[in-house]
Amino acid sequence: MTLAGTGMTLGGHFTYFITLFLMIAGLFIVIARGNLIKKLVGLSIFQTSVYLLYIAPGKLVGGTAPILSDAFTVYSNPLPHVLILTAIVVGVATLALGLALVVRIREAYGSIEEDEILSLDAAPSRAEQQE
Amino acid sequence: MAVTVLVIARSRNLFGVIVLGGLYSFLMATVLVAMDAVDVAMTEASVGAGISTVLLLGALYLCKSEETRPVQAPWLPLVVSLAVGAVLAYGTLGLPEFSDPKAPIHTHVVPRYLTELKQEVDVPNVVTAVLASYRGYDTLGETTVVFTAGAGVIALLRRRRKDRKP
Repeated sequence: MTLAGTGMTLGGHFTYFITLFLMIAGLFIVIARGNLIKKLVGLSIFQTSVYLLYIAPGKLVGGTAPILSDAFTVYSNPLPHVLILTAIVVGVATLALGLALVVRIREAYGSIEEDEILSLDAAPSRAEQQE
Repeated sequence: MAVTVLVIARSRNLFGVIVLGGLYSFLMATVLVAMDAVDVAMTEASVGAGISTVLLLGALYLCKSEETRPVQAPWLPLVVSLAVGAVLAYGTLGLPEFSDPKAPIHTHVVPRYLTELKQEVDVPNVVTAVLASYRGYDTLGETTVVFTAGAGVIALLRRRRKDRKP
């Protein structure tokens, strides 16, 4: 289906637009905000948008959760669920590691603001150059 | 959910941001239930809303809770992220529509899982069967990642205590 192709409805792509909005918001928070904890929150928002990107195409209207039973014949796609389960757990591991790094940075520099850390980094090197 | 995200982006009180992050995770879990992904929703509610919030609050306890104002107006990041979004939006136009049974995602591997699972694994929950049986090595790799992350956190935070003593 191309851009010029017809038959594409706005409703059919609504989940993609939600996903995109969350993704853009997460990306914006990661780039624009200097606070490291805020950056990590933005990163997890970005992550959840990816969960939605995977899960939403697997849904079938009229289907049920993929637990086999004689009462149902239509199931939603189980494969994205498996992949995203892995992604969630890996995501929280990444978050934990990132927060540990933030705590270490806070103790080394006394700040978790990106620009303050950069200026602290720049100050000693400038002093060395002047000497 | 969109409103929550916007408030997170605007707010400077980190405590509020973290609480809103937990709220956002619960909303996401609700959406996932609506998408029939019950296992993922449970994990998101417990891990995303529970453990992540606790971790963030723990880190916040060790840091200060106010974000300083950004030096310049965030126009460049806004433009960059919107440009990325526009490219991605163009990409979604080629993707199949929501709930299209003929989409490639539904025709490739999954029918085999759904039809032959009973003979091969005999666990009614397809997600569990695939996770633990068909893709068991993936799960092993995942636990390796979690172990490595845990080891990394311990290594980072233990050094801190040693530094403090002398």
